[in-house]
Amino acid sequence: MEQYLLILVSTVFVNNIVMVKVLGLCPFMGVSRKLETAMGMGLATTFVLTLASGASYLINRYLLGPDLAYLTTLSFIVVIAGIVQLTEMVIRKTSPMLYQVLGIYLPLITTNCAVLGIPLLNAQEKHGFVESLFFGAGGAAGFTLVLVLFAAMRERLEGADVPPVFRGSAIAMITAGLMSLAFMGFSGLVR
Amino acid sequence: MRKLHSFSGGIHPPEHKERSTREPIAAAPLPPRLIVPLQQHAGTVADPLVRVGDKVLKGQPLAPALGPVSAATHAPTSGTVTGLAPHPAPHPSGLLSLCAVIEADGEDRWTERVPLDWRQADPRAVIDRLRDAGVVGLGGAAFPTAVKARANGRPVEILLLNGGECEPYITCDDMLMRERAPEIFRGIRILRHLTGAREVVVGIEDNKPEAIAAMEAAARASGLTAEVVAVPTLYPAGGEKQLIRVVTGREVPSGGLPLDAGVVCFNVATAHAVQRAVESGEPMVSRVVTVTGNVHAPRNYECLLGTPVGDLAALAGPAADTDGYIMGGPLMGFPVPSGNVPVVKATNCVIASSEALFPKPPPPMPCIRCGRCAEVCPASLQPMDLFWFAKAHNLEKAEAYSLFDCIECGCCDYVCPSHIPLVQYYKFAKGEIRSMKQEKEAADRARRRHEFRQFRQEREKQERAARLASRAPGAKKATARAEALAESQEGE
Amino acid sequence: MITAVLVVAGIAVVLGALLGYAAIRFRVEGNPVVQEIDKILPQTQCGQCGFAGCHPYAEAIAEGSADINRCPPGGERNIRRLADLLGVEFKPLSDEVAEPKPKSLAVIDESLCIGCTLCIQACPVDAIVGASKQMHTVIASECTGCELCLPPCPVDCIAMVPIEEDLGNWRWKYPANPLKAA
Repeated sequence: MEQYLLILVSTVFVNNIVMVKVLGLCPFMGVSRKLETAMGMGLATTFVLTLASGASYLINRYLLGPDLAYLTTLSFIVVIAGIVQLTEMVIRKTSPMLYQVLGIYLPLITTNCAVLGIPLLNAQEKHGFVESLFFGAGGAAGFTLVLVLFAAMRERLEGADVPPVFRGSAIAMITAGLMSLAFMGFSGLVR
Repeated sequence: MRKLHSFSGGIHPPEHKERSTREPIAAAPLPPRLIVPLQQHAGTVADPLVRVGDKVLKGQPLAPALGPVSAATHAPTSGTVTGLAPHPAPHPSGLLSLCAVIEADGEDRWTERVPLDWRQADPRAVIDRLRDAGVVGLGGAAFPTAVKARANGRPVEILLLNGGECEPYITCDDMLMRERAPEIFRGIRILRHLTGAREVVVGIEDNKPEAIAAMEAAARASGLTAEVVAVPTLYPAGGEKQLIRVVTGREVPSGGLPLDAGVVCFNVATAHAVQRAVESGEPMVSRVVTVTGNVHAPRNYECLLGTPVGDLAALAGPAADTDGYIMGGPLMGFPVPSGNVPVVKATNCVIASSEALFPKPPPPMPCIRCGRCAEVCPASLQPMDLFWFAKAHNLEKAEAYSLFDCIECGCCDYVCPSHIPLVQYYKFAKGEIRSMKQEKEAADRARRRHEFRQFRQEREKQERAARLASRAPGAKKATARAEALAESQEGE
Repeated sequence: MITAVLVVAGIAVVLGALLGYAAIRFRVEGNPVVQEIDKILPQTQCGQCGFAGCHPYAEAIAEGSADINRCPPGGERNIRRLADLLGVEFKPLSDEVAEPKPKSLAVIDESLCIGCTLCIQACPVDAIVGASKQMHTVIASECTGCELCLPPCPVDCIAMVPIEEDLGNWRWKYPANPLKAA
């Protein structure tokens, strides 16, 4: 039980995939304009990551084994692409507005370095199956957390008196940098 | 003893009430000319019943009530209608409103006044009497009392009378309660009969000990089981929702009415007007107005509706450096564009302003998020966030943060260290949201009409085709030509 | 070597089957986004965007063949709402379309009207009442100010009258900030 909690705290805060590992910045900057969109993106990524984590663990452990280790990256990408396609279809059916708003960023989850990075990191960690699921879900939860926080801050910044040269992406980047500094404060909490 | 509750926030501004309560209510002399706006109430207004040149009697209807939310308007004195034209209205915009100008003949002759035996009459007849007598809420909102008293047929548990009068400078309700408590209670009786309320409570701020004593004596004498409660003086305890919370402990739900909490609330002056309208048959033609501020002899006057503000203020002797008049109180009132603007049913106070009394506010500075405004908001809102969103024109977010629960009391404005005119931003945002909703409704209507028009054209085309198909084949050529001609005409 | 090929092929087949099933199970008809866009458009049906009404313009935006900044009656506020809805950048009103005008209503001068019904056929929301050789008049509450009735009228009897501000439609202005103006 304790190790699952440790995995969660580690992936959500200490080794936050966006703020500390600096992966997955593309959807982070691109989808964080509005809170509802950010929430939708976070949930979609969670769905993809949890499934991808579990599936890639199983493939890595049982199908590939130590001989075919060189196929890890290829098979992970194929699996992720398939799961993202599935997610796209589900979202298109259940929430067409979210589908429209996410736009190109939904299929881009496939090439999201965070979504590939977490199964690869997981493979290095020598986790069990359940631990892999927690690792994936925790990483995605951390992604969703910072995405939502950032979207809320960006919405606030809309009404702020930002100097014209800084408006838009520039002030967003600065904010992301400051958030990253804050998250670095967690380092050392969990080994 | 009733247990009192409290509402969050509130402020203690200096009261300035002592000067205008030294003298009893005086009857204002008859002005030579009265300007009577036909719309002095919230709701719809009808076309005038009189024409230029007509002679009218005091209490004669000038415009009837029209529609479900409305009240009639009456001539305040006898005389001749010398004009029926747009005139600057007692409104912050200074825009024009249709007014009847009456030259008084000096006789002040009443029209026929018919008392109504409300105990025997059908309650609907009493309600109609209130409507036709033009009785509206005298607390400032001028909402037709007939509609409120009917309560839409919903059950009313508590009838609350608002003797709060929490805003500085205003003392008209105070003096009315001191001098005419028995009549107020006769009106309360009628209201209790109409609403069927179980409990009757009168809430009065505790800075009015004489009024409380007078109302308590009248309550005992009336035989009505009514409780007179002294509430702690705190602005805005006289606000409807705040008084309900203090006296009954109930909260009016966000976006809801007091009726949702089983309470209906009337101003004490409104109860007085109800008594006059029903038992004396007198429609609403006058009211008590406090004249104070930069004047030598501040006092309460019972004046006729339609009296120009300048004429009324002159009775109290405005000082030489008076630069304008404020209608209402210093927190919720507005400056009138000129002294020619008339006193209406919603006018409870006229304050003569001067540079010394009401200095120009310093220029506003940026919001520092000190949070003082949130501490004092009586509606438990977040004024700094509402300001943030209103400033950024982010109206959806402002509405989501309960902008429409703001009662525009001005507490946040009063305490802001950066002197930001917060209430102005909220009024702006509310106006924008309302107009956007109206535009959206109009757009939806236009879309439906457009879609129906397309459907209608399609239907006509099909009908024509069906008609042709049912004709004899020999005539096909001629009709085909006719159809082609018709289609080319439609295409234009 | 063979195992590697088989493994990858196996993964591909499994995924393919899963996706194939999902494609059938989660099939979606039509395009509901068009309705959301149409709700934002002002429904003037004036055609200033270059399309035959608000719904065709909405369809074009949903397809991606038209930009969001082509609607003058909607103004800047509507462009922002479309940008928010679709998650795209805000753009100022396009140079190709007319400048926004203050809201006006069409008024027919009865003394000049000849009862030809050409304006009635032109009005996209059927806001003109009348019949052949009978008096025509515009229902003020339904007129959207699209001006499509002006060109067909042979005697030029229709005028566009701007809506005046009165007590009914007056709104508080945005508070002027003297510090900013300084």
